[in-house]
Amino acid sequence: MSTIAAISTGQAAGGIGVVRISGENALSVADRIFKTVSGIKLEKLSGYKAAFGKVFFEEKCVDEAVALVFKAPKSYTGEDVVEISCHGGLLVTKQVLRAALANGAVPAEAGEFTKRAFLNGKMDLTRAESVMNIISAKSEQAKSAALNTLDGALYKKISEISLSLKKIAAQMAAWVDYPDEEIDDLSDDKLKETLLTAKAELEKLIKSFDVGKIIIEGVETAIVGKPNVGKSTLMNLLSGCEKSIVTSVAGTTRDIVEETVTLGNNVLRLADTAGLHDTEDTVEKIGVDRTRQKLDRASLVLAVFDSSTEVDDEDMEIIKMCNGKNAVAIINKTDLNTKFNAEKINKNFENVVYLSAKDRNGIQELENAIEKVLGTADFDTSAATLMNERQLACCTAALQSIDEAISALEIGMTRDALNVNIDVAVESLDTLTGEKATESVVNEIFSQFCVGK
Amino acid sequence: MEYFAKEYDVAVIGAGHAGIEAALASARLGAKTIIFAINLDSVGNMPCNPSIGGTSKGHLVREIDALGGEMGKAADKTQIQTRMLNRGKGPAVHSLRAQIDRREYSKYMKHVVELQENLDLKQAEIIDLKQTDDGLWQLKTKLEAIYTAKSVVLATGTFLGGKIYIGEVSYESGPDGMFPATELSNSLKKLGIPLRRFKTGTPSRVNRRSIDFSVLEKQEGDETETPFSFETEKADGNKSFCYIAYTNDDTKQVILDNLHRSPLYSGKIEGVGPRYCPSFEDKIVRFPDKLRHQFFIEPCGLDTEELYLQGMSSSLPEDVQLKFLRTIKGLENVEVMRTAYAIEYDCVDPLALKPSLEFLDLSGLYGAGQFNGSSGYEEAAAQGLIAGINAARRAQGKDAFILDRASSYIGTLIDDLVTKGCMDPYRMMTSRSEYRLLLRQDNADIRLTPYGHEIGLISDERYQKFLNKMQLIKDEMKRAAQTTIHVSEDLQKLLVSRETAPMNKGMKLIELIKRPQISYDDLAPFDTERPDLPPEIFEQVEIELKYEGYIKRQQAQINEMRRLEVKLLPKDIDYNAIDGLRLEAREKLSKIRPHSVGQASRISGVSPSDISVLLIYLAKMGI
Repeated sequence: MSTIAAISTGQAAGGIGVVRISGENALSVADRIFKTVSGIKLEKLSGYKAAFGKVFFEEKCVDEAVALVFKAPKSYTGEDVVEISCHGGLLVTKQVLRAALANGAVPAEAGEFTKRAFLNGKMDLTRAESVMNIISAKSEQAKSAALNTLDGALYKKISEISLSLKKIAAQMAAWVDYPDEEIDDLSDDKLKETLLTAKAELEKLIKSFDVGKIIIEGVETAIVGKPNVGKSTLMNLLSGCEKSIVTSVAGTTRDIVEETVTLGNNVLRLADTAGLHDTEDTVEKIGVDRTRQKLDRASLVLAVFDSSTEVDDEDMEIIKMCNGKNAVAIINKTDLNTKFNAEKINKNFENVVYLSAKDRNGIQELENAIEKVLGTADFDTSAATLMNERQLACCTAALQSIDEAISALEIGMTRDALNVNIDVAVESLDTLTGEKATESVVNEIFSQFCVGK
Repeated sequence: MEYFAKEYDVAVIGAGHAGIEAALASARLGAKTIIFAINLDSVGNMPCNPSIGGTSKGHLVREIDALGGEMGKAADKTQIQTRMLNRGKGPAVHSLRAQIDRREYSKYMKHVVELQENLDLKQAEIIDLKQTDDGLWQLKTKLEAIYTAKSVVLATGTFLGGKIYIGEVSYESGPDGMFPATELSNSLKKLGIPLRRFKTGTPSRVNRRSIDFSVLEKQEGDETETPFSFETEKADGNKSFCYIAYTNDDTKQVILDNLHRSPLYSGKIEGVGPRYCPSFEDKIVRFPDKLRHQFFIEPCGLDTEELYLQGMSSSLPEDVQLKFLRTIKGLENVEVMRTAYAIEYDCVDPLALKPSLEFLDLSGLYGAGQFNGSSGYEEAAAQGLIAGINAARRAQGKDAFILDRASSYIGTLIDDLVTKGCMDPYRMMTSRSEYRLLLRQDNADIRLTPYGHEIGLISDERYQKFLNKMQLIKDEMKRAAQTTIHVSEDLQKLLVSRETAPMNKGMKLIELIKRPQISYDDLAPFDTERPDLPPEIFEQVEIELKYEGYIKRQQAQINEMRRLEVKLLPKDIDYNAIDGLRLEAREKLSKIRPHSVGQASRISGVSPSDISVLLIYLAKMGI
C-alpha cells in the first residue's frame, strides 16, 4: 500500500499543526523533508521516539518541528508512522504537507488512516466508525456524543430493544417448537405492546440521528441580506478572522466565501453571499444567482437587516425568500441610529436578534436563537445517538420489520410470518452491535422455558 | 490371529439411524458398502422415544425422503399414530410426528438393509481404524478380521465409550443394555480426532397394566393422516393413543429430598447434557417455581405393554425413580419395566468436520449422528444421508455434495454443527432456520428432489412424477390468476363472518386467497371451474399466494447470502498471514477452515470487518 500523508489537526487555525505520514515508506519520506538537530535519521530511531529538527520544502526551511516516530505494528494505523508537529498556522502546516507529498507520499483520503487501522486489525468496525466521527466532529458536543458510542450508550440502547424483541421471539419459538409443553401463545395485545414500544424507541433513535448529524457535520448556513447590511462583518465576527473583504462599498463580496465556525453547540458551515439586489454588473449578477442557489440548499438562513435604514423592497424580497426556511433575522448595526421598523421583521420571523456586528453585542442571543431554530438546544449528548449512516440503516431496517410485524398482526397473518418479521428486526439490530441473532433467540428459549422430554 | 476379510468402497461403523441412511445411500449410489453393528438386533433401534418427527424434525424426515432416504418410508410403514403439530400456527411450522412401533421399525430397517444391493450387514465391533500410506482405510474387528475401504463413516451413537448412570450405580454400556464400543475411542484419539464427552438420558418404560387411565387425559391422532414420504400414497390409520399426565408438589418433594443421590449433581457425570432435553430433576432445579410438569405416556408398540414416559428422563437411583413416579395421579401403582438412565458417550467436536461431514484433516473419514454432537434420530439420519452420499462420491472420485442453509433444514443443521460447533447435544428447531417460511415440510420435494435425482438417489420414474406435480401447481397458479370469483350473497356472508371486507365487485381468485382469513377450501363452492386435483397442489398454491411477500423477501435474502456462499476459500489459506484479521478471527478461521466466505461469516468471533478483510485479501490474491 502507498504511503499517505495529511494534516490531522483539522483545517482551522490552532496552536500546533500535525502532519501525519503513514505507510511502508513513512520514515524515508520523513527523512527527506525533516532534518534532526542531532543529525540522526528518523529511520534509525526506535518506535515512540521523538526528535527535534527542521522541515525543509524546496530547500527552504519551512518551520522548526518535532517528529514523532511509530514503528509498525505499534501505531494508530498499524503501519510505520511519523507525525510532524509544527508551529501551527494553516499555511505552515500546509507547506509541511506539501513537502511530504513532493517527497513520495500521496494525499490521504478522508478517514484513510482509520480505514488502514481497521484493515490492519487495529480496531473493529464500530470503533472505526466512532473514531471516524471523532475526527470529523468539529465541536465539543459532537465529540462527547461520539465518545458516548465508544462507551456504549448506543450499544446499551440497541441491546435493550433487541432483547425485548428476542424475548417475544423466544416465546413464540418455544410455543412453536414445543407444542406439547404448556407454553402459552403470546396475546395479540402483548405482542403489539412490545412491538409499539420498540417502534417508539427506534423512532427516537432515528430522530436523534438528524439532530446528531447537524451537530457532527455542521449545518449549511447562508447569510443573506441586501448589499452592505454587514453580512461579511457578521461572518468575520463569527469566524474570528477576516475572510471577506469588508468595505463600505456595496457589492464588495462577489463570490461566496465559505467558513466553518463553532457557535455554542453548533457547527455552522457559513456561506457569506453577495448582497441580493437587482444588478446590471455581470460579475455581481453571477454572485446573486449563486446566492439564490445557496439559499435554496441551506438548512439555516441568517437574514441580515440594517437597522440604520428603512425596510425597503429588497428587504421584503429577502423576507419572502426566507419563508418556510429555518431562519433567524438579524437586525444589525444597532450601534448606529435606528431608523428601522422592526414590526415587518417580527411578523415574518420567529427569531429576531438584535446585533451589533461591529462591537460583538448580541452574539449570545444569536447562539440561543440558532439552537432554538435547529432544535439542538436540548440535545442530550449522554443519550444513545446514531452516529453514522450504517447505524441509521440498521435501525431503519429494524423499524421497517417492526412496522411489518405490526401490520401482519393487524391483518391476522399466522404467527410464523410475524415471527420472521421479528427475527429480521433482531437481525438488523444485532448487525449494528455485531452479535449473532439466531443463536441468541435459541439461548433465550432455554433460559425462559422448561422444555424437553 | 488377524486375517484379511474383504475390500469395500465404503464402510459404515454403526447401524443406528445415521449409519443406516449412510449405508443405504452409499450402496444405492453404486458404492460397494459394508455396515457394521455391534449387535444385529440393534439395527434401527429406538433406544429413546418411540416416535419419529415432531417440530422441525418432521421437516428433516421429509427432506431425507425428498433426497431419496429411507426414514420417512420406514416411519410410514410402522407408525401407530400420527399428528400434524402446530396446525393453526402457520404452514412454516407445521410438523408431522408419528408414534412408532419400535420393534417393527427396527425389523423393517434391518430387512431393507439386508435386501439392499451393494450392501453387506455385519455384526462386529470395530476396535481399530487406521489409514494406510496409500490413503486406504483399514478397519479391524474384535474378532481380528481386517476390512479395507476408501471411505469410512463413523456413526457410533452412544455406543462409543458408553457409560450408564443410575443413581450411585454406573457401568460401561451401550444403549438399551447393548455392549458398548470400548476400544475404538483410543484408536480415534491416535488419529488426532478431538473426542469429548456428551450425555443424554432416557425415561423409564412402565407396564400398561399398572396405570389407571381413567384419570388421565387421552390424546388421539389426526383424523386425516399425512404420511412422511412423498411416495407413500396413503397413511394407514391410527392404531393407538397417547396419554397426558402431570407431576405435582409431592413429585417435586421426592426429587428435592434425593437430589444428592443424582450423579449429575454429585459431579459423577462429566458429560454435557442437552439443554433442550433436561432430566426431570434438572427441570425441578432449574424451574423451581413451576407447579406441575406435563408429560406424555406413549405406546412402544402394538404387541407390547411397555409404555414410554416422555418428559421424565432421570438418572436418580431406581428406588427414587419408583417413588417419584408413584406420586403421580394415575401412576400410583406403576410398575417400572426398564429403569431410566443417563448415558455418557464419546463424540467429536464437529468443528473438526467440513460441510461434507468429512474430517478436515483425515480425508475419506466422515462423521454422522450423535458422534457429531447432535441428538435425535432425525438429526442423525439427516447427517447419515449426507455423509453416506459423500463417502460414496469420494470413493467414486466425485465432488462433495453440500446443501447450504438456504436449501434445507439438513443444510442448516450441518452448517450449524461444522461452523458454530455445539456445547451440548444439538437439536434441530424451527427457530434455527432464518429461511423457515421457505423451508417448509410441505415443499421439501420441490426444494430437494431435483438434487436427489441429480446425484442418483431419486429414480427417473419418481422424478417424472415430481415434474408432473410441479406442472399441476403451475397450471393451478395460472388458473387462480385468471379466474374471477363473482359476488354472491353466500360469499359476502362468509367474508363478513371471517371478519374480512366484503366484495364490491368480482375479484380474482388469487386476491381472495391472499386474505389470511380465507382458505382455498372455503372458496370451493364459489370457484365453480376448480379442477379435481390432489390436496397438496392446492396447498402449494395457497401458501405461495398467502405468503407471497414473505417468500419473495426470503428468496432475495437467500440470493444475497449465496453470493458469499459461492466464494470458496482455498484449502491452504494461511489466515495468520492475512494482516487485517483480528487475532480471534485468525484463530477461529484457522481452526474451522471454512469452505466458503459465507461459512466464514457465520463463525462466531468472525466480525463483518474480518469478512471485508477476507474479501479484500481474496481480491488482492486474484481469487
